[in-house]
Amino acid sequence: MRSIGWIVWLTVVVASTALAGGEDQYTAERQRMLREIVAMAADTAAETGRAQLDERVIAALARVPRHRFVPAGLTHEAYANRPLPIGYGQTISQPYIVALMTDLLRLKPGERALEIGTGSGYQAAVLAELGVRTYSIEIIEPLARQAAANLKAAGYPQVQLRVGDGYYGWPEAAPFDAIIVTAAASHVPPPLVRQLKAGGRMVIPVGAAFMTQQLLLVEKHPDGRLSTRQILPVRFVPLTGGPSR
Amino acid sequence: MKSEVTGEVNGEGGRPPYGAVALIAAAALAYEVLLTRLFAIVQWHHFASMMISVAMLGWGAAGTLVAIARAPLLAAHRLAFTAAAVLFGLSAIGGFLAAQAVAFNPLEALWDARQFLRLGVVYLCLWVPFLGAALALCVAFSRFGHTAPRLYAADILGAGLGALGVIVLLAALPPPWALLVTAALGLIAAALAWGWRSRAGLALIALALATAGLPVRWVALEPLPYKDLAQWLNVVGTRVLAERSGPLGTITVLDSPQVPLRHAPGLSLTAREPPPQLAVFIDGNGPLPVPRFDGDLAPLAYLDGLTSAAPYHLLRRPRVLILGAGTGEAVLQALYHGAHSVDAVEVNAQLIDLIEHTLAHYSGRPYSRPGVRVHVAEARAFVAASRARYDLIQLIADTGGHAAGLGALAEGYAYTVQAVSAYLERLAPGGLLALTRPVDLPPRDLVKLAAAAIAALQARGVSDPGAHLALLRSWRTGTLLVARDPFTPQRLQSLRAFCLTRGFDLDWSPDLNASEVNRYNRLDRPYFYEAILALLGPQRQAFIDRYKYRIAPATDDQPFHTHFFKWASLPEWWALRARGGVALMEWGYPILVATLVQALLLALLLILAPLAVSRRPLPRVGRLRVLTYFGLLGLAFMAMEIAFIHRFQLFLGHPLYAVATVLAGFLIFAGLGSRLSERFSAPPERIVAATAAAIALIALLHLWLLPEVFRQAAAWPEAARIVLTLGLIAPLALAMGMPFPLGLRRLAETQTAFLPWAWGINASLSVVAALLALWLAMHLGFAAVIGLAALGYLLAAACFPKTG
Repeated sequence: MRSIGWIVWLTVVVASTALAGGEDQYTAERQRMLREIVAMAADTAAETGRAQLDERVIAALARVPRHRFVPAGLTHEAYANRPLPIGYGQTISQPYIVALMTDLLRLKPGERALEIGTGSGYQAAVLAELGVRTYSIEIIEPLARQAAANLKAAGYPQVQLRVGDGYYGWPEAAPFDAIIVTAAASHVPPPLVRQLKAGGRMVIPVGAAFMTQQLLLVEKHPDGRLSTRQILPVRFVPLTGGPSR
Repeated sequence: MKSEVTGEVNGEGGRPPYGAVALIAAAALAYEVLLTRLFAIVQWHHFASMMISVAMLGWGAAGTLVAIARAPLLAAHRLAFTAAAVLFGLSAIGGFLAAQAVAFNPLEALWDARQFLRLGVVYLCLWVPFLGAALALCVAFSRFGHTAPRLYAADILGAGLGALGVIVLLAALPPPWALLVTAALGLIAAALAWGWRSRAGLALIALALATAGLPVRWVALEPLPYKDLAQWLNVVGTRVLAERSGPLGTITVLDSPQVPLRHAPGLSLTAREPPPQLAVFIDGNGPLPVPRFDGDLAPLAYLDGLTSAAPYHLLRRPRVLILGAGTGEAVLQALYHGAHSVDAVEVNAQLIDLIEHTLAHYSGRPYSRPGVRVHVAEARAFVAASRARYDLIQLIADTGGHAAGLGALAEGYAYTVQAVSAYLERLAPGGLLALTRPVDLPPRDLVKLAAAAIAALQARGVSDPGAHLALLRSWRTGTLLVARDPFTPQRLQSLRAFCLTRGFDLDWSPDLNASEVNRYNRLDRPYFYEAILALLGPQRQAFIDRYKYRIAPATDDQPFHTHFFKWASLPEWWALRARGGVALMEWGYPILVATLVQALLLALLLILAPLAVSRRPLPRVGRLRVLTYFGLLGLAFMAMEIAFIHRFQLFLGHPLYAVATVLAGFLIFAGLGSRLSERFSAPPERIVAATAAAIALIALLHLWLLPEVFRQAAAWPEAARIVLTLGLIAPLALAMGMPFPLGLRRLAETQTAFLPWAWGINASLSVVAALLALWLAMHLGFAAVIGLAALGYLLAAACFPKTG
């Protein structure tokens, strides 16, 4: 019953987006993408600790035109639930992973978020769509230029972009309620930990290009204490007949 | 052209082209090794192996082609040989460049089916040069079968020299230059076959020289943009500071002043950030950090925020042995913590040279600090030869291709049960072994390592291995501490304090309470604690069996520490592929199996094709014997060779010396054996039966005696170990060199039509055997591979082709 409710809600979300002037030719594909994301998220509730994704996150994904954030030759695959190459050895994450990461940040409108690794700008657009004040840093200059153009064309000029070293964050705009590090990270940069508000959350996807193996969630508790949680984006128990969910 | 043909010393009915055969065999083997190097830089190692293995079947295809078009090819055999060698020379470069341009991206293969089409095109591009070289050889063998022993001797002596030559070449030249030289060798072989003094011959030599002198930028390597080095090169302001080419890999050093590297896997959340580093990449994989060091230890404080720093808080001024010292960061960590002395072992001499000389201004020459001694050696060989005692032995392997799940076939002689035993043997009373590895999720690497440590402790007679173990973990790295003697309460207290201040989880220690685990870097279950508890308990085997990854400890006979794949888990991984579940799978093993299946199917196709397509069908009588005899020889020879390369790797200490010595030894002595076979007057059936029995006997003796010989000679000087290796291989290889040419000569005397077919069967199944041997070793061990190869020779002897 619950899933039927979700499908009805999803249909309403997508239909309202289309009626509000969304680009019709992608509406069906976007709806299919959202259905897949919702189903996957429900299946991994035990791993992520979320029975279902935040409705606002799904609504944001329904509104952001992902086809504007993929290379011209790949727009036909923009809403496939898979990562896509965007040049310079970088990828735009699988929509399901974008939804999961955004959900884990638990952001509210008006809060501040910092993204390290703008890529094509899609994740930043999703954050902006949630009403979050978004700051994003990209290390590869041509990608940053492309992302700026994408965000402007898709209607997210409010996203603040910078080219450079994300390791030291964006001190002038700190502290942040959430930080998302999509660039490869061998460790959690201490300056970013400092720029995270007490009670804030940081998410780092871990794995090679095209393969997100796990999500690292760093939580800064209200007392300033830090802890991390490692989350598998799939339901997989390593022991046959092991603990059931 | 025609007038030249008739005017040459090697006229169509002339003498066999021994020199050209040796040269083209040398060039082809050099090309194979070279491709492995080239694709390791452009691609990733395992996909490189797959491409090359499948392409190698171009070798078998030559037999098929000559069997089908035997009459015209043999009628103009000199022209055919020359043209085929020219084809090799030109396509060696062209095929590689075309394959590189196809841009097959294995990482995307499971999302995009078109990648498989690209893979097929890559196979075809690389197939052509192998077909060219093999066609030349097959034509020579088919035309001059009556001199098969001499021809075979020239062939494999050439191949042996090619194996050695390419290693020398790679030590002296960057891989793209070595490619040009190898292609030129093929063209010189063509000139020799045609007659180098003729106009065409001289033109071919001129072409060869022109090829060797081509601008190297024409064959520039273009690594995939997803490789670590390629990604860093995109970063604004990054520049290449130094580059070294060597047979162990191409080393690239990057400086990125605007966005400096700060590599510190799993650094504590409470630690200070590392100072800027230079980044070292080997074959485009990395980075290995080179911290800036000017003698002041204070900026290295971050090294105390890594899990690998734990043992320094349990020991006072330890004597430290660092295995796999790389860029010297672990040496600096030891110095930072006040180590009494440091013995640093690194197999790659070029890396040490870079750190100590070219980058001295930046690195501060860690290997030359007071109390530090550096040894160019492989870890196991150093430990086996050493008589020193250490308070701490460190092995830190916290990054690498493992992230993409490609490690399965990377041999883990460093992480076997026998390895852990050998390390423990070198510890002083109270000493610690610290093994740092990446944390993977769901856990497998560290769990398998713990299983190996437990088995090693038990082998030493420790009744309570749990009292000797501790495991601590950040989100990214885990360090397994194995203590020679049980942990004391004081040490456990120090370990707890270390973990507490850095936010590391203690996943195992002898006095650990279940309520203490999984606190800081939380997993949805305390997997590591539960796993070690199970591995220490009576249900260990059941736990290993039920675990969805292969976590039975690696041994020296099955040294595949990073082989975690289990077939039973495949359906579940596959079902999860749409949500990125393939990242859970370990790729090395399925790639090997996929390659083996492709090679086997292609080999069968190539073997059966002449039976179906040939205009002059092969005789019916004797087919089965020819197929079995030459097929088994192809399988057994290669399987024996592969198993010995792996076995001697541990003894010779250097992966490259092992490959070069064993391969060259096998080929050169087998070549001599082939010549020797001519001197026996007994009927070939009897010679083959005797040699097969000798092979089986010597192989069994090797299985029995080698471990003891290795133990006794471990501390010998390198040159002496190489000589001993050659001496041990010689009798076996001499015997192995006889059955194949004797079989060919029998066919040349009685059933000439079978010659190319037999040659092709042998070639095709040799390619299959290289893969099959590895696959069998992963399941049964290398000892079993040697046993099976010996059995192959005995069975082959029973199928020796009959007269008429």
